Amino acid sequence: MKIDKKEVEKLAHLARLEFTEEEKESMVADMDKILGFVAKIDELDLEGVEPLVYMTDEEAPLRKDVVVEQSTREEALKNAPDRDTDYFRVPKVVQRKGE
Amino acid sequence: MEDILKNYEPVIGLEIHVQLNTLSKAYSSDATEYGAMPNTQVNMISLGHPGTLPRVNEKVIEYAVRLGIACNCTIRERNEYARKNYFYADLPKGYQITQDTTPICNGGYVEIKDADGKDKKIHLTRIHMEEDSGKSIHDIDPFNTLIDLNRAGVPLLEIVSEPEFRNGQEAYNYLAEMRKLVRYLDISDGNMEEGSLRCDVNISVRPVGREKFGTKVEVKNMNSFRNVQKAIDYEIKRQVELIESGGEVVQQTRTFDAARGSTMVLRAKEDAHDYRYFPEPDLQPVIVREDYISRVKDNLPPLPKELFNKYRELGLNEYDASLLTESKEVALYFENLISHTGNYKAAANWIMGPVKSYLNDKAMHIEAFPITAEKIAQLIEMVDAGKVSNSAASGEMFRALIENPDQDPATLAKEMNLIQESDAGALMEHVHAALAKYPEKVEEYKAGKKGLLGLFMGEVMKLSGGKADPKVASKLVQQELEKQQ
Repeated sequence: MKIDKKEVEKLAHLARLEFTEEEKESMVADMDKILGFVAKIDELDLEGVEPLVYMTDEEAPLRKDVVVEQSTREEALKNAPDRDTDYFRVPKVVQRKGE
Repeated sequence: MEDILKNYEPVIGLEIHVQLNTLSKAYSSDATEYGAMPNTQVNMISLGHPGTLPRVNEKVIEYAVRLGIACNCTIRERNEYARKNYFYADLPKGYQITQDTTPICNGGYVEIKDADGKDKKIHLTRIHMEEDSGKSIHDIDPFNTLIDLNRAGVPLLEIVSEPEFRNGQEAYNYLAEMRKLVRYLDISDGNMEEGSLRCDVNISVRPVGREKFGTKVEVKNMNSFRNVQKAIDYEIKRQVELIESGGEVVQQTRTFDAARGSTMVLRAKEDAHDYRYFPEPDLQPVIVREDYISRVKDNLPPLPKELFNKYRELGLNEYDASLLTESKEVALYFENLISHTGNYKAAANWIMGPVKSYLNDKAMHIEAFPITAEKIAQLIEMVDAGKVSNSAASGEMFRALIENPDQDPATLAKEMNLIQESDAGALMEHVHAALAKYPEKVEEYKAGKKGLLGLFMGEVMKLSGGKADPKVASKLVQQELEKQQ
């Protein structure tokens, strides 16, 4: 897969990131290198080889359904860039477009 | 329009999100209680802080398996989790932990009634486990959107149906059935107004007989079963009219406006989501084994369908059986009642008569009903034994018991002077007196005017002060008249 500026712009939009033209250029170069590195694997015959997702064969340990209070509201809101007494505050999200 | 609609076949599928009633969240141990003060039920995992790791709540697995069994699904052994990525302020991690290629339940079906009341199976595509997002509040602060993350991480099951609905009524019946099911299974309160049951609709229309599906539109944001039904019926008409007038249905997401009873565009396809699913590396797979599934199965609460069949076998008609199983709490009360009496029909009549109308009057749920099932059973027995009349039991005695539920029904009947005279000796006096009072009528009766029986009965009832057991009295009067012949 070839990375171009359009692809970088699309990914940036999905992650809500903004780049200057220069940054986009270097991003294209970087991502191209990363994909080229990974593409090396394609040279191997991988017929019948399952993708490796988990590093071990362990099953997920399950948790009992018990409530443990770990944070107060004050602690929860402490690191927020913007907040009021009760809530995290974010720029107005306009939801609906008219027909 | 009606005729034109007949030329089209709507193809409708439903996605339901059921919020599970676990105490703690899906992947972290903070509380899930509805209506708590904002941002008081959060911790570093549900807030998405770096370096935290999720851990699966075992109840979520159990609840998913319960629903899977109840819907006749195949339960998957090896369950993997995936990240569904999207950027939104009420999704702190930037992704939702969900299941992508390995949903815990596959296939299966739910039985419903179609619009004509006939049985219909709705097949399920899948049921998978995921987590809820937080809440964005747009109307408190005029300049900002406020975020409450109490709901972030609350467990959900997403139930995806095959596109087998043909109209809004079927969708309504399916939702009602699903709500009934999750309540019986005790995995969710299924309350659509509080958002613990949510529904999205996929809908397209195609000319009858055509193989290829029409372009699909998604409708969201309906907050009641009726609105789902209305949205579907509106959308069918809108799409057919559009096609008939030479237009083309566009793939888009629409929202239902309950006030206008119509749907409007929410999102066009151009900016449709690109979720970039990939395996969740923070959670190892969960293995659901056969012996675990059979344990869950053995401990499954009774299901509405099973109770319905049981009541039909007990001799109740379809109408009674379906009303009794409409809500789990009513069914449980009835179960309790019939463990104390063998007169099932009377038990059903009591619940659907005096008990239901009292509950309706007081806008009360049966859990709060003051009279125990055991006492209602005693009333039924007293009526059956002829000790009190049915109207006295379901009227005066019923009201007195509601006032003071601790009273013993037998003592109460005596105190209220409601015990019927079914003792032949005492009644016989009244019978003789009644016949003696109307000698000419006795002759007329003998001559064939059998309708006069009512006159004698009325006199006997009057003489006994209304306490004569009418069945016994009528028998005695007839016997006496025969004798005189």
